[in-house]
Amino acid sequence: MPAISRDEVAHLARLARLDLSDDELSHYAEQLDVILTAVTRVGEVAAQDVEPMSHPVMLDNVFRADVLQPGLTAEEALSAAPAVEDSRFRVPRILDEE
Amino acid sequence: MSFSYTNAVDLAAGIAAGDFSAREVATSFLDRIAETDDQLNAFLAVDVSGALATADAIDAARARGEALGPLAGVPVAVKDVLTTKGLPTTCGSKMLEGWIPAYDATVTANLRNAGAVIIGKTNMDEFAMGSSTENSAFGPTRNPWDAGRIPGGSSGGSAVAVAARQAPLSIGTDTGGSIRQPAAMTGVVGVKPTYGGVSRYGLVALASSLDQAGPFATTVADAAMLHAVMAGHDPRDSTSIDAPVPPVVQAAANPDVKGMRIGVVKQLTGEGFQREVREHFQESLDALADAGAEIVEVSCPHFEYALAAYYLILPSEASSNLAKFDAMRYGLRVGDDGDRSVEQVMALTREAGFGPEVKRRIMLGTYALSSGYYDAYYGQAQKVRTLIANDFAAAFSQADVLATPTAPTTAFPLGEKVDDPLSMYLQDIATIPANLAGIPGMSVPVGLDDQGLPIGLQFMAPAMADDRLYVAGGALEAAIGWEARP
Repeated sequence: MPAISRDEVAHLARLARLDLSDDELSHYAEQLDVILTAVTRVGEVAAQDVEPMSHPVMLDNVFRADVLQPGLTAEEALSAAPAVEDSRFRVPRILDEE
Repeated sequence: MSFSYTNAVDLAAGIAAGDFSAREVATSFLDRIAETDDQLNAFLAVDVSGALATADAIDAARARGEALGPLAGVPVAVKDVLTTKGLPTTCGSKMLEGWIPAYDATVTANLRNAGAVIIGKTNMDEFAMGSSTENSAFGPTRNPWDAGRIPGGSSGGSAVAVAARQAPLSIGTDTGGSIRQPAAMTGVVGVKPTYGGVSRYGLVALASSLDQAGPFATTVADAAMLHAVMAGHDPRDSTSIDAPVPPVVQAAANPDVKGMRIGVVKQLTGEGFQREVREHFQESLDALADAGAEIVEVSCPHFEYALAAYYLILPSEASSNLAKFDAMRYGLRVGDDGDRSVEQVMALTREAGFGPEVKRRIMLGTYALSSGYYDAYYGQAQKVRTLIANDFAAAFSQADVLATPTAPTTAFPLGEKVDDPLSMYLQDIATIPANLAGIPGMSVPVGLDDQGLPIGLQFMAPAMADDRLYVAGGALEAAIGWEARP
């Protein structure tokens, strides 16, 4: 049995907001299956008593003094926007009609 | 006058002494780019007017008797994953084609403050995902040793810029080997500093717990000069280490390995490596022993799981980091016809804007992080990461630095592995462990294979002992006397 089915890949693509074509779905299903089968090896080692490592530098919260610092102006922040209206980002509708 | 084969250290000294001007140097390298880059495609943007203006400002400052920065007038090429105010930053992706950032990365700002002349932005695998620079949306970069072959990746453009002497220095980033592997493939020096040693502010993130920017150069001393300028604590990167920069310049200036214990990692030798790679590795160890180093063998039994852990941790972090490319605030937007919803526009944009390898890794990461699979994949991978860090700790109790071949093979032909992800991923088998543990690594050129293609040797050192890389690398460079040019 493959590690991942074509339907699962379609579900992942929806979650990841990728509008994949049918050809891509088939191709990625095949490749992800090969990759997942290979990486499943991580289950062979690392028993219960091993602490997970999320990061190479163990840091506690890093704080700075709460003082104003210069940031981007509104104009700079909007300078690369795909669409702008009234000094704001203009976006497609966020609610579905149905 | 051509400065193509003048080292960065000598360029900086010559400009400071008035032997030649920063403008002459910039012009020489800009000419070289114009002559060679149609074939090599190492640059995505060349900043002719900006480079000349900076060079003129350096010359004027010198004429006024002002103190000059350590890189004053030295051209530097920057990987297109670091933001440059006023210069395009694409990450090799259609998603960011034409994006001109409103701010400088800290690395970019450090370069400017040191007087460096930023000459252009270099080609790369899209969002730094790849080992061949074939995943660039703007065409592959070619290896100057053989234009039919890949230059390594993902920092292939930066490696080639230095190898082909289009720039004396360049900057790359390394998440699993993306500086060291292309350095090996193109016959230059490449360094991944300690994680946290160089600020990640303004580095467009691939995998935040692994990414690190570092230098490419033709000599160990040149790399040290750039390393010292790039590195240092940055309050804008909360993972930046608040400690002095390791004394890399001093180390490179006095590379004495007498009494240094060099550990050969048992698991990263043998059959998996091309014959000539193994031979040159052994010759290099012999040369280091002749120079007074003590060669010992160390065992890192969990390294065989490093690749598997990496290809869970990296896609997980990448899928999360790349969620910000949502077509709303900057970058590409596709299909916004006034009718489609924001989610449809996002999905159409991401489908059109991302290439195959990026999509592959986003889906892999989304899978590894999804509920029901998290513990078996991402959780287990994080435990393997601990075991690898423990292997390193044990190895560094027996050795001051570790040595391995940088990559299993020399440069392979364009197209050979492009649709075979697992075989491509194997390129980084020797470099990935250092990223997982956050320790520094360096690739030094040590010879050519039977086809005349460069071979690299990797040194690794404990965290914040980057200077040891420069001692070992400098000694090996002196022992080998590498002078080959593409």
